[in-house]
Amino acid sequence: MTLASASTDAAVVPRRGGRGLRRFARHRLALIGACTIVFLILAAGIGPYINPYDDLHIDILHRFQPPFVGPHLLGTDQLGRDMLARLEMAGRISLTVGFAAMLLSIAFGTIVGMVAGFYGGLIGSVLMRLVDAVLCFPSIFLLLTLAAFVEPTLFTITVIIAATAWMEVSRLVEAQIRALRDRDFAVAAVALGASDRMIMFRELIPNAIAAVIVAATLNVARAILLESYISFLGYGIQPPVPSWGNMLNNAQEYLVSAPWLAIIPGAAITLAVTGFNFLGDGLRDALDPRLDVR
Amino acid sequence: MSAVLEVSGLSVRFRTDDGVVPAVNDVSFTMGQGETLALVGESGSGKSVTSLAIMRLTSGEVGGRVVLHDTDGATRDLLTLPESEMREIRGSRIAMIFQEPATSLNPVMTLGEQIAEPMRYHRSMGRRTALREAERLLDLVGIPDARRRLASYPHQLSGGMRQRAMIAIALACEPAVLIADEPTTALDVTVQAQILELLRELQERTGMALLFITHNLGVVAEIADTVVVMYAGRIVEKAPLRPLFERPLMPYTAGLMRSVPRLTGLRETLTAIPGNVPDPALLPDGCSFAPRCDHLEAGRCDARVPELDAASDEHLVRCVRWRELAAP
Repeated sequence: MTLASASTDAAVVPRRGGRGLRRFARHRLALIGACTIVFLILAAGIGPYINPYDDLHIDILHRFQPPFVGPHLLGTDQLGRDMLARLEMAGRISLTVGFAAMLLSIAFGTIVGMVAGFYGGLIGSVLMRLVDAVLCFPSIFLLLTLAAFVEPTLFTITVIIAATAWMEVSRLVEAQIRALRDRDFAVAAVALGASDRMIMFRELIPNAIAAVIVAATLNVARAILLESYISFLGYGIQPPVPSWGNMLNNAQEYLVSAPWLAIIPGAAITLAVTGFNFLGDGLRDALDPRLDVR
Repeated sequence: MSAVLEVSGLSVRFRTDDGVVPAVNDVSFTMGQGETLALVGESGSGKSVTSLAIMRLTSGEVGGRVVLHDTDGATRDLLTLPESEMREIRGSRIAMIFQEPATSLNPVMTLGEQIAEPMRYHRSMGRRTALREAERLLDLVGIPDARRRLASYPHQLSGGMRQRAMIAIALACEPAVLIADEPTTALDVTVQAQILELLRELQERTGMALLFITHNLGVVAEIADTVVVMYAGRIVEKAPLRPLFERPLMPYTAGLMRSVPRLTGLRETLTAIPGNVPDPALLPDGCSFAPRCDHLEAGRCDARVPELDAASDEHLVRCVRWRELAAP
């Protein structure tokens, strides 16, 4: 055998960054979405250090200040707390819940879907029927039931939201893996001696990743919405800690007299949700090397 | 020439809703180091299933023995090995290349990573070392500008380049046996010739045994040392290249040769073999080829399956009438 003698040149490591970034930048809406999200994250992250007002500081003398007129940029609420400060702190909570719930639900959903799709047969049937069973619960009731029994903290709310969001990911991944498993390159990988785990993680999942990423961004949006729901209904993040959802809850009594109390957190939710949806779209294109035009 | 792979009495049966379908019956052959054995037959003759059974990649029930000789003289029957040990053999001792280079490469992995993959499974090489080795392999299979190509994705390559890349992947761990399942069928003729040339060259360098599966007799004439003709799951004729092409004994082989277009001589009419390969679930009682054979003799050909007769030391034929037909 003479296939020995490796070349001694410096290692060549292919880069995959550059082209994907360019494909992404071509996508106008995705860029806007990404900018919106970066803006929201920065605002929630460093905003409270810049803003002179505290989100929990009550100032009864200056309640219901409308936005853009006084020293409070976005006005104050019924207790005279600074809306901007509250919005920023609420953003921390809502975005954290959104991302954490997305990561949890994607990880769990992907693994369930991958195992079910790859092995099929009895394992696949059992897992997918489990998914169907969980899907049968209307998620908002499941959410409220769970929330009623569990003490609401950031962690438990994240877990509860993730528990209602992983099933669609499982279905999506299962369908993708089942189709990919029989493709020639998967068979070729078996013929090269790859183990099941290698085939799943190295060969199949990267081919399904575009769909998973899109689902992930949609899941962030969904988790933010769900957190708003349960906080709005009073089972979620407990006042005085603000979240975009419980800010809306407080606002409903003053919808006519002080509409900005509802409009401002509502706009934040809308911005975040649409931002993530646009981003998902752009990522799908950026992650698919087949769309590369040469 | 020392034996590398011995296949004896290999059979593959599929259980279907319509009963048991025998796809491969009693197939035996031996491959020596550096030898090229061509497995020839029409679609449905069981040639691909045979190769998949050797790799233990078929879902059917496999019987018989597939003995792999290791370099240290030890032998192992692949059909009885535990799956984990079989996995170590796949890709490192026996590698395989497939018909469709377009779909056999992972579309979202770079060439470099795909070539590096088997080295990382079998030789636990690090990523950088494996990629350096991949560059050398790309060079070896004649892909120009190998370093830049490491970062290419499969869709950026032509069909011929992809097949070269597949060959590079298969050769990564220096297998003792390379199974090529119609590796040139999806390529155009000029590229076919290049790939055959490449395989022959690589075989000379590495001494690997090549099991070449094809339906194309032109390709067989180019590359094979020994030819095994399969029909309806059985070997019907087996001989070294020259004797087989000069004097095919089995009417089926002769028919196949008459149906190949030639460029030499006058323009003759091509003779097609009438009919189709029989459904393996509904094989006739006697010789499987009898219903399509010009030399059918009722009562003899359709009585029972003929034995594989030795016409000479190296020439086997499965036909009850080969002696009469061979006589001038």
